[in-house]
Amino acid sequence: MYEAWGIKLGLDKPLYIQYLTWLRDVMRADFGESLYHNREPYDLIKERLPATVSLAAIAFCWAILVGVPLGVLSAVKRGTFVDYFARGFALLGQAMPVFWVALMSILIFSVELGWLPTSRKSGLDSYIMPALCLGWLPAAALLRITRGSMLEILDGEFIKLARAKGVSPIGVIWKHAFRNALIAPVTMAAIIIASFLTGTVVIEAVFAWPGLGGLSIDAIKNNDFPMMSAIILMFGVFYLAANMLVDLLYMVLDPRVRVE
Amino acid sequence: MINTSNILKPNYVVALEKSWYLFRKYPIIPLGVFFLLVFVAIFAPILAPLDPAQGSIRTRHIPPVWLEGGTAAHFFGTDSLGRDMLSRVIYGARIVVMVAVSVIFAGGIFGTIIGMFAGYLGGLVDEIAMRIVDLLLAMPFLLVALTVVIVFGQSLTQMIILLIIFSWDNFARVVRAESLRIKGDAYIDAARIAGASDIRIVFRHILPGVFGVVLIVASLRVGQLILIEATLSFLGAGLPKSVPAWGVMVADGQGWITTAWWIAAIPGIMIFAVVMSFNFLGDWMRDYFDPRLRQSA
Repeated sequence: MYEAWGIKLGLDKPLYIQYLTWLRDVMRADFGESLYHNREPYDLIKERLPATVSLAAIAFCWAILVGVPLGVLSAVKRGTFVDYFARGFALLGQAMPVFWVALMSILIFSVELGWLPTSRKSGLDSYIMPALCLGWLPAAALLRITRGSMLEILDGEFIKLARAKGVSPIGVIWKHAFRNALIAPVTMAAIIIASFLTGTVVIEAVFAWPGLGGLSIDAIKNNDFPMMSAIILMFGVFYLAANMLVDLLYMVLDPRVRVE
Repeated sequence: MINTSNILKPNYVVALEKSWYLFRKYPIIPLGVFFLLVFVAIFAPILAPLDPAQGSIRTRHIPPVWLEGGTAAHFFGTDSLGRDMLSRVIYGARIVVMVAVSVIFAGGIFGTIIGMFAGYLGGLVDEIAMRIVDLLLAMPFLLVALTVVIVFGQSLTQMIILLIIFSWDNFARVVRAESLRIKGDAYIDAARIAGASDIRIVFRHILPGVFGVVLIVASLRVGQLILIEATLSFLGAGLPKSVPAWGVMVADGQGWITTAWWIAAIPGIMIFAVVMSFNFLGDWMRDYFDPRLRQSA
């Protein structure tokens, strides 16, 4: 029985042959069959993908909508209360372990106050805590990098020229400075998408979220190799696609790259 | 012009302002946390009031001393197996220091050597080294770590090796850029004309130049490393359950969050405080010694 399975899965052949067979099958979009679920990994991924993507999309939106404007504000109002608040927000986000924040928010908002559901995907309100926890760290990173590049650019000669020319303060900040400062946060966005791959695994473990993170942990716990290789391959492709998208975005944002 | 603003103020206000100035200029609290951590880690067996692995069912779920029902015998209370939280937190500091120090040292040395040779020699060496760095960047670290743990089982050494593999690339990239800059300096040409070998030039003439950058990268990385270790331990993919690591302790407390919240809360606060101080120290060192690095690190 044991040996029969070994032969069926090709485990009796040398490693490189196993790898080449796997590669051949993947080229034909055949990932084998999940050993645990007895189904094709493709179907399982398709089933679980929406939960993860919707969660990651909300987290990404809130990271950008909070991180970038707050970073700009913090650079413009340097040394004021707004700046200190923004930097405190970033420091907390970068130092608190995500799983701990998730647990503590469950304790405070679900157990003590009873405002939000503790876990599992149900209505829209079940998205609030997982998305906030998932997005905090990226928001902090975006804030810091936006603030840094804004500060550098606000120092530039062309900003002084624009001010001297009589451009309104808002125009100087958003039209002249922000467009130039945007390049660093856009690079960061690719890293953020990559960080969601690991972030969702942790968040889904805490909130019992029915997404890819849970699927990958199950696959690993059950030694489900076909499932695991399919997930890792998908994450890798996803990451490369995100990087490529960013390279293309550069060309839109920065005319200097286009000339090269 | 004579500064008259201080004359009008009472003495204690001046003293306060002075200390506030020092406070802003130097990272005093983070340094304090850092030294406390190292001190506690070294003297853990002396400082810990009880055995971190021993507990009894009778002393289960005792709340911390400041809550109702807490006793002075268990300052941070006890966990679900009746083990003393304070002792476990103290021994956990040991794990943090051990992991951070060994990974930063090994990863730093390896990454620096690779980075120096890649930057100085250029060509094929550079190409290969940088492609490996890119490859590491594209790997979902958490999934790789989980897979490795499933295949080989859990242990402290394995965890440290994994973290080293995934932390040297940062050093290599920054050191390479710095070596490229140094390579163009006249004293490197002079050394080459004098007949120094490549190895001698790299270790004798480039190494001192990149040393500062390495220190800064190291201090910026420590916080992240501690977070990664805690996350892996929390997911059950890092350190084995028997080790009193802070991440493992939070995972232990997850099931008791409604009845005994301190089991998860206290080790989490420890991770938070330590990572926060390391991040502060790293930022401070970067701004103080090498503001050029702002963009890259």
